[in-house]
Amino acid sequence: MSTDFSKQPGSATASSNGVAVHAVDLYRCYGEGDTAVNALRGVSLDVLTGHLTAVMGPSGSGKSTLMHILAGLDKPTSGSVEIDGTEITTLDDTALTRLRRKHVGFIFQFFNLLPMLTARENIVLPLEIAGEKVDPDWFNEVVTKVRLSKRLTHRPAELSGGQQQRVAIARALITRPTVLFADEPTGNLDSRTGGEILDLLHDSVETLGQTIVMVTHDARVATIADRVLFLGDGEIVKELPETTPEEIQKAIQEIGRK
Amino acid sequence: MIRITLRGLLTRKLRSFLTAIAIVLGVCMISGTYVLTDTINHSFDSLYQQIYKGTDANITGRSVVSNDYSGTGITPSFSESVLAKVRAVKDVKAASGGVGSASCSIVGKNGKVVSTGGAPNLGYSIDPSIPELNTVTLVSGSWPKKNEVVIDQGAANKTGYMAGDMIGILVNGPVRKMRLSGIIKFGESNSILGATLAGFDLATAQQLFDRQGKLDAIQAVAKPGVSPEKLVQELRHALPKDLTVRTGQQEASKASSDTSKQISAFQYFLLAFAGIALFVGSFVIINTLSITVAQRTREFATLRTLGGSRLQILGSVMVEAIVIGIAASICGLVLGFGLAIGLMRLFEKLGLELPKNAMVIEPRTVIVSLVVGVVVTLIASIWPALRAVRVPPIAAVREGAVLPPSFFHAYRTPGSLALVAMGFGALLSGLFVHGLGTGLTLVLLGAGALLIFIGVAIVAARVVKPIARAVSPIGTFAVILLSTLIWPFSFLLWLFSLAIGRRKEFPDFWPFVLLLWLIRSARGKKPRLSSLIPDRAMNRLALANSGRSPERTASSAAALMIGCALVTLVAVLSASLIGSFKGAVDSIFTGNYALTPVNSSSTTGIPIASSKAVAKVPGVEAISSVRTGFARVFGKNSMVTAVDGQPSKVFRLKWKTGSESTLDSLGATGAVVSDAFAKSHHLNLQSPLKVVTPAGKSLNLKVAGIFKPPTGGSAFADVTFSAKTFDANFQDPANMYTLLNMRGGTSEANSRALDKALKGFPNAQAQTRKEFADAQIASLNPILMVLYVLLAFSVLISFVGIVVMLVLTVYERTRELGMLRAIGITQRQTRRMIRHESVITALIGGAMGIALGIVFGALLVSRIPFVSFTLPVGELFLFAILAVIIGIAAAVLPARRAARLNVLEALQYE
Ligand SMILES: Nc1ncnc2c1ncn2[C@@H]1O[C@H](COP(=O)(O)OP(=O)(O)O)[C@@H](O)[C@H]1O
Ligand SMILES: [Mg+2]
Repeated sequence: MSTDFSKQPGSATASSNGVAVHAVDLYRCYGEGDTAVNALRGVSLDVLTGHLTAVMGPSGSGKSTLMHILAGLDKPTSGSVEIDGTEITTLDDTALTRLRRKHVGFIFQFFNLLPMLTARENIVLPLEIAGEKVDPDWFNEVVTKVRLSKRLTHRPAELSGGQQQRVAIARALITRPTVLFADEPTGNLDSRTGGEILDLLHDSVETLGQTIVMVTHDARVATIADRVLFLGDGEIVKELPETTPEEIQKAIQEIGRK
Repeated sequence: MIRITLRGLLTRKLRSFLTAIAIVLGVCMISGTYVLTDTINHSFDSLYQQIYKGTDANITGRSVVSNDYSGTGITPSFSESVLAKVRAVKDVKAASGGVGSASCSIVGKNGKVVSTGGAPNLGYSIDPSIPELNTVTLVSGSWPKKNEVVIDQGAANKTGYMAGDMIGILVNGPVRKMRLSGIIKFGESNSILGATLAGFDLATAQQLFDRQGKLDAIQAVAKPGVSPEKLVQELRHALPKDLTVRTGQQEASKASSDTSKQISAFQYFLLAFAGIALFVGSFVIINTLSITVAQRTREFATLRTLGGSRLQILGSVMVEAIVIGIAASICGLVLGFGLAIGLMRLFEKLGLELPKNAMVIEPRTVIVSLVVGVVVTLIASIWPALRAVRVPPIAAVREGAVLPPSFFHAYRTPGSLALVAMGFGALLSGLFVHGLGTGLTLVLLGAGALLIFIGVAIVAARVVKPIARAVSPIGTFAVILLSTLIWPFSFLLWLFSLAIGRRKEFPDFWPFVLLLWLIRSARGKKPRLSSLIPDRAMNRLALANSGRSPERTASSAAALMIGCALVTLVAVLSASLIGSFKGAVDSIFTGNYALTPVNSSSTTGIPIASSKAVAKVPGVEAISSVRTGFARVFGKNSMVTAVDGQPSKVFRLKWKTGSESTLDSLGATGAVVSDAFAKSHHLNLQSPLKVVTPAGKSLNLKVAGIFKPPTGGSAFADVTFSAKTFDANFQDPANMYTLLNMRGGTSEANSRALDKALKGFPNAQAQTRKEFADAQIASLNPILMVLYVLLAFSVLISFVGIVVMLVLTVYERTRELGMLRAIGITQRQTRRMIRHESVITALIGGAMGIALGIVFGALLVSRIPFVSFTLPVGELFLFAILAVIIGIAAAVLPARRAARLNVLEALQYE
């Protein structure tokens, strides 16, 4: 498949947008006293259903922190997060875990596959954990999408980095999560493979209607994102809807100069 | 380099601590054993020193038969006239003669003899007129006069008797009522090792013990300035040759050496278990250090790139081991002192009071404990250290670099199989090659078992995966079973957690789940039962995890395997013994009642008069008693038995020559022998057979019959003759037991009639056939308990081994656990996953151990004559469940750590 970064305006799912994640006035403070770091200082945002929302910003600007809080892996010092209408900041660990199971998918920079399981077993792991049945049609669709049909019996050690990340993507898609979070999914891949992954994520949004929030440093994301948020020092400093790589480069430099 | 190592140790505190435990327990057993046995030994030494303190010369009859197992009464008594001859010797200042018996019981206020738990009931004459020779002191009352008695403080405490009471004394025959004139103490002790003491004046004692005009021993004191040796010389000249004269010192050290022989056997026995514990511990050490080395691959590689030599890497691992070894050995040493003190307290509680003495800590105890602990740790660290050395510098820069396969890798499986084969070779030759001697046999058995364990442990890595797959569902269901059993408890815990506001998860209630399934099935939906097991995914992950590094799982399991194999061996042996014995009792014993001693471990038997009294009970159709004694036959000390009454009516034997009625008509010279005995001494019908009594008298018997003892042991010794002959030639004849047949079989009325007839025999009791059989077996139980407790140490160590493995595994898989938590496994699921891996590991160990134990047991049983193999199914099932419990318990700490990992930190963990 050729790398296609062209935006397809007016895609079917983008029109009927609901709010997948609703975050209000998020603060996150690490440590206390003199050494306290304010990683987030008042971030509010809505992640729209069927959108690919990209988060960019310099290192240390709070991107990962924001992702973790939106995904319910971390709790904000103050502020609220709703996923699919459920307030998650007050849930206990078990309830939160169950919510993640149902509503949240993850793609990590370091793939994080289980080495002793085959690709297939890794992909269906979230369903197994939840004690749910695998829908064979959906499984086939996802596997075809990530182009792993011929690699299903391989173990992670026998797969390339790109293939491993595609397994991770399939693992995230298999539960049809309300929202899928990806923190620098291309950070550990070469540029070409990274492009393929971006392409795949875009395709998931377009054809499967998957909602995605993604942190990346790759300017090519501009062509596939419905919206790009720029974080600087714990605040949203800029927001670009449907943008171009050039605009992004400019924005990054602007923020860097501040 | 050493500084780095030490800092590493400190940062890995928990792991170092757990690793050390493996050695601490083994060393603790070593030092505890030494301190305990040394202290007991010392106690006995000073006891005998005390007894013979004032004695310069001790004169006894000379025994031709020695029997290490009983003390008093084995040397023949001699004429009282000797005393006058002794007193007439020039240098004798004073001399006192005495008699004694080891079967002189005190009858308590309840009419039953004071029970001693196996210790003897000593009775002897006391001569307070010669203070040098008197070893006891009066606590209250006065010394005994004619027909009076003094008893020890311990017995007085047990019975509540006070000076002036009339008390019952039982020797042979009916109870004698005597006035208790006083209470005595032995040195500082209320009693000696639980024995009861009864003291009389000489004439009373002679009459009680049937020694009129005779003495068992004379103690003499020399005039001032005369050495004991000189006195002994003079006495030897003056006295007949059939008397033994020794100095008090010699007598004391002879007595000491007799007991210290037994104690040193006990010491070896305990040390063997300490050795097993250390062996298991070394598995744990190897495993822990190997895992650490694997986890530190990157670190070692970096050190290598920075210029560290292979030797330095080797050193760093070894130093770590040495530090752990030294620290653990010191802890073990000190804990061992505690263990010894605890055991001595326990003995005291059980009534086996030792003469008061300080704990004896020999330098040897300290040296051996420390050296063994450190050396075992060092040896166990060699393999992991060599692995560390093989880490190439390139591993520092390459993600996931694996160690190059070792030189031995290719030979691993054949090599370990060869070890197993060699082990079995040693085991089999130890068991079945004749004439090897005890020492060599034990060495062969020990070495064989050791080789087999090591070989199986190594080869186990190859078969861990299939075994894990096989035991995984067993583990699942065992855990379900156990959690159902403890559900009420878990529920209470849950309520409690609600009450204190720290809500736990609601405990699964499996019967409820099952009910749900039944309802759903009844409704026509057919969910698979297995689909109801929550977290099958977790179990599957755990199963996959257990196969990730098979060496680790295998060696953790192997540690448990050793303990399990030995426990199983013990269970198989005891089941076989008990099964065979029950079978033997059933086949030999056709009577329906038995008369036996109240103290089941009593070596003194019950008065012959008791069977005479019972014989008069209406309804008794046949009665026969068995006496036992030691004699010299074909130049060897052996046990002999004698029968009276109508043996043919209560015994049934298999005969080669003769029949039951042969037993009825042995006459003065007839003897029956076992077929094995007949074979080894080439005896046939009418062959002459010479039996030499302890008093030196030769009995010329003739073989009248040859019988085949059944498996499970015979009621008779190799040589059996008539009670008439026995009573005429052996001192203190008494029945070991009496069998009888009553009209109407066992019944309330019959039991009552027998009890009534036995009123005057407080140390005899009537047992039904079944009670009799059970009572014989009951004496096995304490031995079993001791063995299980000693093996429990090894099992405990392997338990710690599983804990360490899991803790290290959790470290290693931190990032993975973070990912799993992120994609939706709950804390409870995390715990279940770790727990299941632990249960699988424990079950692998349990399964291999039980299998090996059965094999060992079968081999050993096949070697023991009269015993046939019995599989203790119930016990083995219990052991499997215990393995599951060990698995569950081992997972508690690691599972909690895993569940409490902060998801984000775990995800970022390097
Ligand atoms: N666990 C933590 N403890 C303390 N400070 C942290 C922690 N995690 C992140 N920070 C700080 O919060 C800020 C934002 O971090 P992060 O969200 O990781 O940034 P980004 O992902 O954009 O690089 C940084 O200054 C970082 O140092
Ligand atoms: Mg980041």
